[in-house]
Amino acid sequence: MQVNEFKPKIVAFCCNWCSYAGADLAGSNRLSYPADVKIIRVPCSCRVNPMFILRAFQRGADGVILCGCHPGDCHYTSGNYFTRRRMALLFSMLDYLGIEKERTRVEWVSAAEGAKFASVMNDFVQKVTALGENKRLEDLRCKR
Amino acid sequence: MQKITRSVLIEKAEKLLNDGIVSRVLGWKNGDFSYDITPAIFTSADQMKKDFVYGDFCGANFSKYLVKETRKDEGKILVFLKPCDTYSFNQLLTEHRFDREKVYAVGIPCDGMIDINKIKLAVGDGIVSVDTDSEVIKVNTLYDGVKELAKNDLLLERCANCKSKKHVAFDELIGETGETLENNRFDQVAELEKMSADERFAFWQNELSRCIRCNACRDACPACTCEKCVFDNPNSGVENKSPANSFEEQMFHIIRAFHVAGRCTDCGECSRVCPQHIPLHLLNRKFIKDINEFYGEYQAGEEVGSRAPLVNYTKEDIEPIDAVNKGDK
Amino acid sequence: MQRIGVFVCWCGSNIAATVDVQKVAEVLKNEPGVVHSANYQYMCSQAGQQLIKEAIKEHNLTGIVVCSCSPRMHEATFRKTAAAAGLNPYMVEIANIREQCSWIHKDIEEATEKAVVLGRTAIAKVNLNAPLLPGESPVTKRALVIGGGIAGIQTALDIADAGFEVDIVEKKPTIGGKMAQIDKTFPTLDCAACILTPKMVDVAQHEKIRIFSYSEVEQVKGFVGNFDVKIKKKARFVKEDVCTGCGLCTEKCPQKKVPNDFNLGMDTKRAIYIPFAQAVPKVATIDADYCTMLKTGKCGVCSKVCTAKAIDYTQKDEFIEEKYGAIVVATGFNPISMDKFDEYAYSQSKDVITSLEFERLMNAAGPTAGKLLRPSDNKHPHTLVFVQCVGSRCSSCAEKGKEYCSKICCMYTAKHAMLTRDKYPDTDVYVFYIDVRTPGKNFDEFYRRAVEDYGVHYIKGMVGKVSPEGDKLVVQGSDLIANKQIKIDADLVVLAAAIEPDKSARPLATMLTASMDTNDFFTEAHPKLRPVESPTAGVFLSGACQGPKDIPETVSQAGAAAAKVIGLLAKDKLTGNPCVAHSDEMMCNGCSSCERVCPYGAITYMDKEFRGPNRTTLIRRVASVNEAICQGCGACTVACPSGAMDLKGFATKQIMAEVDAICK
Repeated sequence: MQVNEFKPKIVAFCCNWCSYAGADLAGSNRLSYPADVKIIRVPCSCRVNPMFILRAFQRGADGVILCGCHPGDCHYTSGNYFTRRRMALLFSMLDYLGIEKERTRVEWVSAAEGAKFASVMNDFVQKVTALGENKRLEDLRCKR
Repeated sequence: MQKITRSVLIEKAEKLLNDGIVSRVLGWKNGDFSYDITPAIFTSADQMKKDFVYGDFCGANFSKYLVKETRKDEGKILVFLKPCDTYSFNQLLTEHRFDREKVYAVGIPCDGMIDINKIKLAVGDGIVSVDTDSEVIKVNTLYDGVKELAKNDLLLERCANCKSKKHVAFDELIGETGETLENNRFDQVAELEKMSADERFAFWQNELSRCIRCNACRDACPACTCEKCVFDNPNSGVENKSPANSFEEQMFHIIRAFHVAGRCTDCGECSRVCPQHIPLHLLNRKFIKDINEFYGEYQAGEEVGSRAPLVNYTKEDIEPIDAVNKGDK
Repeated sequence: MQRIGVFVCWCGSNIAATVDVQKVAEVLKNEPGVVHSANYQYMCSQAGQQLIKEAIKEHNLTGIVVCSCSPRMHEATFRKTAAAAGLNPYMVEIANIREQCSWIHKDIEEATEKAVVLGRTAIAKVNLNAPLLPGESPVTKRALVIGGGIAGIQTALDIADAGFEVDIVEKKPTIGGKMAQIDKTFPTLDCAACILTPKMVDVAQHEKIRIFSYSEVEQVKGFVGNFDVKIKKKARFVKEDVCTGCGLCTEKCPQKKVPNDFNLGMDTKRAIYIPFAQAVPKVATIDADYCTMLKTGKCGVCSKVCTAKAIDYTQKDEFIEEKYGAIVVATGFNPISMDKFDEYAYSQSKDVITSLEFERLMNAAGPTAGKLLRPSDNKHPHTLVFVQCVGSRCSSCAEKGKEYCSKICCMYTAKHAMLTRDKYPDTDVYVFYIDVRTPGKNFDEFYRRAVEDYGVHYIKGMVGKVSPEGDKLVVQGSDLIANKQIKIDADLVVLAAAIEPDKSARPLATMLTASMDTNDFFTEAHPKLRPVESPTAGVFLSGACQGPKDIPETVSQAGAAAAKVIGLLAKDKLTGNPCVAHSDEMMCNGCSSCERVCPYGAITYMDKEFRGPNRTTLIRRVASVNEAICQGCGACTVACPSGAMDLKGFATKQIMAEVDAICK
């Protein structure tokens, strides 16, 4: 009998200039990571509003990861510095509310780090899979 | 400390009105009960002598009202500011939310305001009146006669953990201004941080599930002065009017706290006005505590024009992963 | 409701081998808004593009989704395709089913399922897309160069030679900068004045160049192509257009005790002066701090001797407002102050000097007419000690010196040592160094000549202390190679002081909203690929304001900056990126949060009149985004508490729709 294995839903926000290019490079080098990861392209990690992350959880995402240029390398010079502060505070707050902290993550991935992108995604999916379904921060009406 | 009485304030207002310095006064008047005080606008000393009140239930932070009031083209408005109100006053000025020229701010000292809910907890229902003239509070009840309580036990949460007796903004002071105080306002946050994630989740589930989305916290918050709130805006993607389930309760409060993070002066109005007694200040204080620990001490509203932590950065800021794992060591 | 066409590309077998493209096209056909769905072997090919163009016309498509390779590869291609068929290019979205799907997954079922989700996500987004038009702004065909040293001179000449007007603003009374003070240049040893002054004359005579000497930039407004600059022309009390530069006044002025800053205070000048013989413009300037006439109203000698009647004691600062399309910063450098380095006895002995002072001592037009004489007693020194890295590479003593390498000191010290030994073979010359760094064409050969041919004693190690004893300077240092402490009785000690950006750079950076590093050097738009552009559009960097540089590097960077400026000024109109921030005035609080996170200074505020209740009007402060400056990062959209700020092309609603589609 086939066991119905848990497949997490993962939303990955990637900045256009570094991390999205890093994801492309992972593809060009055929470095695999689970198909559960779906990428949304944003101009800069600083475009990601905490509301987007909460929305993803509401709609049933099991993990949300945000990738940007390494601090100091932002295409827009300072965008990821703001991202870093916003996400440090938001994630700390989610943890404070008892939401499992492995469900959220920020990673800095450059356009040259295809291998890092793939290994980060593999690791993140594995951690979220281990946690199981996101029950603490979901809107049941969004479940089919 | 000099006890400020109703008549002192009326006298001051009367002089400023008569001298033509102000045309209106933002003050307090009785609501349905003498302990249920509501903000009011007065345009004459006579009106004030009739309805103006001042006492230990006048906790309301008036700063926020200035946003709307200063837009009226009717000259200057007089506002009485307790020390903690002056921080909100400055924060609003930093954000260009009202015209300083249209306000005459009189700083008044404060030795703590009373939380009616604490009296209700102590004496039960049927409160007829409360006499706050001395340190011993006399509560006249319908069923049990007069009960005496110590004022110190009845203070609003924010007053029990008062952070400052110092006025950071005023045109004129009645009495003297004080100093910033040592306080234990982060103790409860620290206690929560020490709990396991499951315990914290249970705690907040219990607290937030009571939320009826009356929006009182938002409406009273001096940082929430948006022309249009994202929760009322169909284009924001998070618009909703009432919580349908536990997620929306959480989402509302997380987003609200995040929106005021770095701008919140910790005035405690959100918790004071919550009819469900949700300790909302514990969300704001979590952000303040994190900000202080991650980016250095910052008190919103301490000075006009200061750069809030979320619109600032340093190259060496803490990484989100380290921020989240900070308590694990 | 949009009418969306979906085009699934096979990319030969690149996609089709792992993704069931037919199935993807079929499933996506049922998504909301989709009216047409097709698949083809190579969408990017001529035939594939034709297929898209025909479908747009045939089905009256209002938006298209191409499921193909990365948008970084072909988004521009398909946007052009759409535009050719009359569709707004910003109504195109790409679902990346190659790099982010077929290439990383092996299981066909899994990859197909993911491709469908990615396609659905792009459809959800395009449903909310709106046609975008890039803004256009005109270009003022004139450049401003701030700083008239060799960097500014070269940039100005190159721009002017291309036919564009250039203004140079120089705060000193003459252009020329540091290079005018230098004696000879490494590694060729040609005289600095001989190669610089002809260029200064070229600048003065160029019909396209104006020089605002003794002037400073006061205010900068506007943006790329359209800067409004206010320039303060300081009163020099001499009519510039009348003065002939005869110099008679500078000989007759009775006030003789003015420290001569051109010679770094090693001699004096008069209160009316021309900095040096080849100054451009060759016009006298009165130093108001010393002029007896200006201070007491009694004197007037210069006015009496001036046959051209050029002296005007009533002259006031003058303000000039001008428009520019591009601004080049060429504010240069200065040696750091030696105040904090008292171990070298700089303040105690006149015979401890900096390298720039040594340049003046060696210069034929300097205070000693080129004879090497000690400042204290005008005697010929026999033992000279050069100390390298004074204030450079100070990682541990950051509050005292600079962490960076000043780059030019190794070479000029080798030059000084060599020139000394060449002119005065009776001297002993010692150089204390941490490392000798001589990368550069003919640089190492030059240094080795100093050691091997001229017998300069190079000692690896630092100097611990210099103490004046009698008419000698006792230099105590360590020789790390011989592993011993040494003591040298020197006659003259020369300190290779670190260089730092000119003090005027920081306030200027604020005016230009250009960013700086912690050392106050201007930062580049990209350290490797855009080294002469500042991150602020329309602001370019030339010379040592960007980092320590020698003359050849400065000149090449100056030329590169000029090329960028010419490229900009050659355009009649600038087309912007339409994916920029936009503020909804009805919702804007005017709180300034967005302005504070904007790296480009693209956001300004204005008081705007709104209708209030009961026929009243209400004036509110609202943000306004200058679309020509905004680069579309989106930092402001999150800083905005009310959500008034949104980003075109990456709108909140669009991203939310993408999130929803993925989580469905």
